[in-house]
Amino acid sequence: MDAINLTESIDWEFIEHVKEESGQDPALCYQCGNCTAGCPYSHYFDYPVSQIMRLLQAGQKDTILNSKAIWLCATCETCTTRCPCEIDVAHIMDVLRIIARRENRVSEKDIKLFYDSFLDSVKKFGRIYEVGTLMSYNLRSGHLFADSDLGPKVLAHNKIHFLPKKIKGSDKVAKIFDRFQETLKKHG
Amino acid sequence: MRVGVFICHCGNNIAGTVDVKAVADEIRKIPGVAHATTYMYTCSEPGQDEIKQAIKQYNLNRIVVAACSPRMHELTFRRTIEKAGLNKYYFEMANIREHISWVGENKEANTKKAIDVITMAVAKVMQDKPLFSSSFKINKRVLVIGGGVAGMQAALDCGDGGLEVVLVEKSPSVGGMMSRLDKTFPTIDCSICILGPKMVDVAQHDKIKLYAYSEIEDIKGYVGNYQIKIRKKATYVDWTKCTGCGACMEKCPSRNAYDYFNFGVAPTKAINIPFPQAIPKKAKIDPNYCRQFTKGKCGVCAKICPTKAINYEMQDEIVTEEVGAIIVASGYSLLDLERLPEYGGGRYPDVISGIQYERLLNASGPTAGHILRPSDNTEPKTVVFVACAGSRDKSIGVPYCSNFCCMYIAKQAILTKDHIPDSQSYVFYMDIRSPGKGYDEFTRRAQEDYGVKYIRGRVSRIYPKGKKMVVRGADTLLGTQVEVEADLVVLGTAVLSNPDAARLAEKLHISYDTFGFYVESHPKLRPVETNTSGVFLAGACQGPKDIPASVGQGSAAASKVLALFSKDMLESDPAVAKVNINKCVGCLKCVRTCPFQAIKENQLRDGRIVADVIETVCAGCGVCTSTCPCGAIQLQHFTDNQILAEVNALCQG
Repeated sequence: MDAINLTESIDWEFIEHVKEESGQDPALCYQCGNCTAGCPYSHYFDYPVSQIMRLLQAGQKDTILNSKAIWLCATCETCTTRCPCEIDVAHIMDVLRIIARRENRVSEKDIKLFYDSFLDSVKKFGRIYEVGTLMSYNLRSGHLFADSDLGPKVLAHNKIHFLPKKIKGSDKVAKIFDRFQETLKKHG
Repeated sequence: MRVGVFICHCGNNIAGTVDVKAVADEIRKIPGVAHATTYMYTCSEPGQDEIKQAIKQYNLNRIVVAACSPRMHELTFRRTIEKAGLNKYYFEMANIREHISWVGENKEANTKKAIDVITMAVAKVMQDKPLFSSSFKINKRVLVIGGGVAGMQAALDCGDGGLEVVLVEKSPSVGGMMSRLDKTFPTIDCSICILGPKMVDVAQHDKIKLYAYSEIEDIKGYVGNYQIKIRKKATYVDWTKCTGCGACMEKCPSRNAYDYFNFGVAPTKAINIPFPQAIPKKAKIDPNYCRQFTKGKCGVCAKICPTKAINYEMQDEIVTEEVGAIIVASGYSLLDLERLPEYGGGRYPDVISGIQYERLLNASGPTAGHILRPSDNTEPKTVVFVACAGSRDKSIGVPYCSNFCCMYIAKQAILTKDHIPDSQSYVFYMDIRSPGKGYDEFTRRAQEDYGVKYIRGRVSRIYPKGKKMVVRGADTLLGTQVEVEADLVVLGTAVLSNPDAARLAEKLHISYDTFGFYVESHPKLRPVETNTSGVFLAGACQGPKDIPASVGQGSAAASKVLALFSKDMLESDPAVAKVNINKCVGCLKCVRTCPFQAIKENQLRDGRIVADVIETVCAGCGVCTSTCPCGAIQLQHFTDNQILAEVNALCQG
């Protein structure tokens, strides 16, 4: 592994950006490792979450935004619950994911597509329509038969419905998405 | 009136952000100011000499020094002008450092504020009256609160210095936390073997009067003359008769009493002597468990006692002692295991605290020094220690380091290997803090000679799996999660202040921090003094501390008391409340509001009732002045006229 030249590579702007967008101060982290210790997905991560925090303290923007860990995080918030420094670590992971998406650096394309399918469904129906989300994801990702083996089981338990159920005021939910798109356009 | 004003640069501390020359020029214009100048370090000897010379040369009769906080140098300058022949209360200090130069960066605004603050001080000094202190006799006895190692050291040093000592200990024996420890780091010498002789000395010292199982009920008075009310809690055993034979404890049928001495590792009898070396070695009944109290019949101990010492009717007793100084050495407590639910302490018997483990290691403990897991009394082969269990954890309100856990965990890991040679210990740590003499070598020895595995990372959770406890943590150096299947888990629980620390502080009129630890007068230069004259601190009541530091502070506090008592008389502060009997209507509101009980009712010869201030008791807080409906009571050196002069000076400026 090459030495990291800290004088040149600390991206102070990136640290400030994450700080502002998340409202969390990475300087509070003293690297105890409790986030990693409790993380249920750590063994799939390329960098354990405590190292993502360390990379953030060291302003290593590229390494973080190209990492798989920020996409594999399930936002279960065990890290946030356990953090002795009261940092909302899960929220920082969320912000890092948002920045990566904004900069078109998505290391886990399928996960991004799943988020897209999920949110499209919420926008359309005001809530999640599982079958629709699943089909949309499978089509977009090309994994046409992903999880299809689970279909009969969940159907048998009446956990999933073929037709979407709209909620009252789903148009208002859709408006939230529109408003978000507008602000995005305004502020770039 | 000829006022002299001396403005200090304090190197760059003040001159860096205040234009001191411009301030002097402006102050010189005030009518009555005969001389205003600046100096690099006014508190230095040449700086003080300059004040003395200026007093002669310009015939000055009032002095203002604009420099640091009066807490730092008011006494210095009062002495300076006294030497030059002025009354020391013809002096004011304007704080232009802590209140101005250190807190603001805008030089222009700071300069303006400095002019305002000094103008106020000039206005006040012109109103100042000469005051004279009187002397009063002091009672050369000392009260030590707490009979742990710090308190015992303080008591012994005071006693050896010839002072009479009253030692009050809330539990039935002196010894404190140290008497519970098995061995002590970094020398692994037996704790009770080195503490025992001190405990015996305390008991046998002819200058030390010990009140065990007693608490401070009330404190009245002031430095040199305190009246202390002590509550001797009912033990239900007449200690003048009890010989400590232990026959009662042997025969007592109530076997499930909580063992405070052993931190509940195993139950004890309802009548018990806490440990074999207890001083005093006397029995005590716990009425929460004693059948005579809970069921109304039993009386086994009363029947068996050869000296007829048992008295179920015993009541608490209040005794009064008079002393001249107080050393507070009330110690600390430990975080309750149940405050860390993810570790399962309290739910799982094999997750215990460090102090409980000490009792398992100790020959006088409930397992007679054999390490046995509480769940099934088997010898653990894999022991996991978790450092910082609650310490450095903002989320539970303990952001500080508990000071000695790193060291005792290393010690316990070493002792584990000594007790069970085929055992393996693991230590989860964040940082190893071992800055004492021989301390770091000791933690290295645990790893190098005893094969203790140190894992850098916190533990996320502990859960049972069969007969084992799974400890799930991180190894941040490997960058991975790790798990250890342990037979026993020991948590290095956080050090907390005593639960009743705040209540005692209020009785003593001393301050405490957010965490309940008592605040010393200066963190570096007055480490055992408090801001209440006559009250001193020793040991962990001031902050987490190991044995050498506690003993050091005990001796330090004793030396402070001995120095205080080297005089026969103390000077009283004349800046106290004074009643104008012509104005006083005798409503006595002041008597009721005074927090120091310094005001009493006084009948004049014509029969009129007025308030009367006991000068030596008054602390000069000023509560009575603002209570008095007719302005009859005035705090000397801070009279209404003097304060209004300051306000006028500020508002006119």
